[in-house]
Amino acid sequence: MDCNQVFVSKVKRLIVVFTLLVAFLSVKIDAFAQVDSAVVPVDSVVAESAEAVSGEHGSVKKEEEKFEPTKVIMEHIADSHMWHLWGHTSLPLPVILYTPSGIEVFSSENFHHGEHDYTGSFHTYRLDEDHVKVIGTDGKVDETASASILDFSITKNVASMFVAIAVILILFISVANTYKKRIGKAPKGLQSFMEPIIVFVRDDIAKPNIGHNYAKFMPYLLTVFFFILINNLFGLIPIFPGGANVTGNITLTFVMAVGTLIIVNINGNKYYWKHIFKPDVPLWLYPIMIPVELIGIISKPFALMVRLFANITAGHIIVLSLISLIFIFETLAIAPVSVAFVLFMDVLELLVAFLQAFIFTLLTALFIGMAVEEHH
Amino acid sequence: MELVTPSIGLVFWTTISFICLLILLRKFAWKPILGAIHEREQSIDEALNKAELAKQEMARLTAQNQDLMQQARAERDEILKEAKTLKDGILNEAKKQAQVEGSKLIEKAKIEIENQKKAALAEVKDQVSSLSLEIAERVLRTQLNDKTKQEALVANLLKDVELN
Repeated sequence: MDCNQVFVSKVKRLIVVFTLLVAFLSVKIDAFAQVDSAVVPVDSVVAESAEAVSGEHGSVKKEEEKFEPTKVIMEHIADSHMWHLWGHTSLPLPVILYTPSGIEVFSSENFHHGEHDYTGSFHTYRLDEDHVKVIGTDGKVDETASASILDFSITKNVASMFVAIAVILILFISVANTYKKRIGKAPKGLQSFMEPIIVFVRDDIAKPNIGHNYAKFMPYLLTVFFFILINNLFGLIPIFPGGANVTGNITLTFVMAVGTLIIVNINGNKYYWKHIFKPDVPLWLYPIMIPVELIGIISKPFALMVRLFANITAGHIIVLSLISLIFIFETLAIAPVSVAFVLFMDVLELLVAFLQAFIFTLLTALFIGMAVEEHH
Repeated sequence: MELVTPSIGLVFWTTISFICLLILLRKFAWKPILGAIHEREQSIDEALNKAELAKQEMARLTAQNQDLMQQARAERDEILKEAKTLKDGILNEAKKQAQVEGSKLIEKAKIEIENQKKAALAEVKDQVSSLSLEIAERVLRTQLNDKTKQEALVANLLKDVELN
């Protein structure tokens, strides 16, 4: 267990990071609440004064122009039923709803950016803050009916993920074909760009952490690595087909972490389970140790989930905040500063994109290695 | 807290698409790619090993060549040396034989010369004695014509006899 030391220190660091994250989130929520409450009166004051000056139309215009960075940032970070392209143009995406009466499929275009309701075969639906809600007969949101439908829509994140998957498939199948064509020859072109990364995953991630049995886990590790990497990189592209916050979405990181959880525990050998259920401690410590070990099974992938999510989301929030500065100050003079900082952040995010893909894969390999380790 | 609430639709789609991606990539990408990389690495290893072996073989061959060369040189030296000794032997033998032959010839010649000399001397002696006898006869004939002179001669002869 020579990696135990590493793992212990990593866990400690993770605990610190996670505590900070929780603290950050709680502080942030308070801040949002404060900002919101602060914005509302200003809004109403502005609206009232504007109304006084130029009537109804002017007030609507003024309200539209009022910039709320939190809302904008959260909109960009969150998933959406439309893929915003430019201005008021969006790519409509299919909405797929599982209702108790049946499956309903229609285009999100029918919502007209949430301004219209859509009547499907079973219910009438409304897009409320990008959530599909059922409208009752009284014209209001029917919360119980809304809770009973499941939203399986192809959202922006799903669509972006499909694009990324298509890119990955095209990329690696073409690389694989090059390998088939050039047997025993030196790598060329795209192949020579990908090969060092693949060899890096094999020699520096899989081999040292898993040991001689590494070959079995290579497909999973490589897929995880490139899936996260390509999605991270797509997230950095501000325009279509990027711009979705795929790897910064807790759902995706959750699925990846569950994948690691399953892989690790399916392949855990008797030493791994013995370590959990019969640790080498006095018997009276068992009531403490076994729950701790069981929590450990969950906490490892949980840390993976939170790390990737927090890193990518934080990057997006910072970039968007910096851009928002221009609109908060309502002057172009701040633009060079914003752009300079955004440029810096984007370069940093590029590093983070690689780093997070690497860390996720490395820790997955480490956990697998701990589960399949043969004891002396 | 909408930000940290997983939505069922996204869970569904993410799960489905991630599993599909995993299966597709595993079958169509990772297997051929990892296989090819592994194979190439092995072939490179093999090639390196072979190169190393070839290098060793080369060194061995070079050493062998050197050895052979050394041997050949030694052999040549040996042969040269042998030839030289042989030549020297032959030369010495010839010289010796020549000397022996020469000395034999000289000996023979000496003996011949001696013989010839002896023969010549004997002849000379014969001739000298006959000549002397003739001369003495002639002298005695002329001398003994006179009586005084005969006496004087006898006296002289007697004197000589006395002196001896």
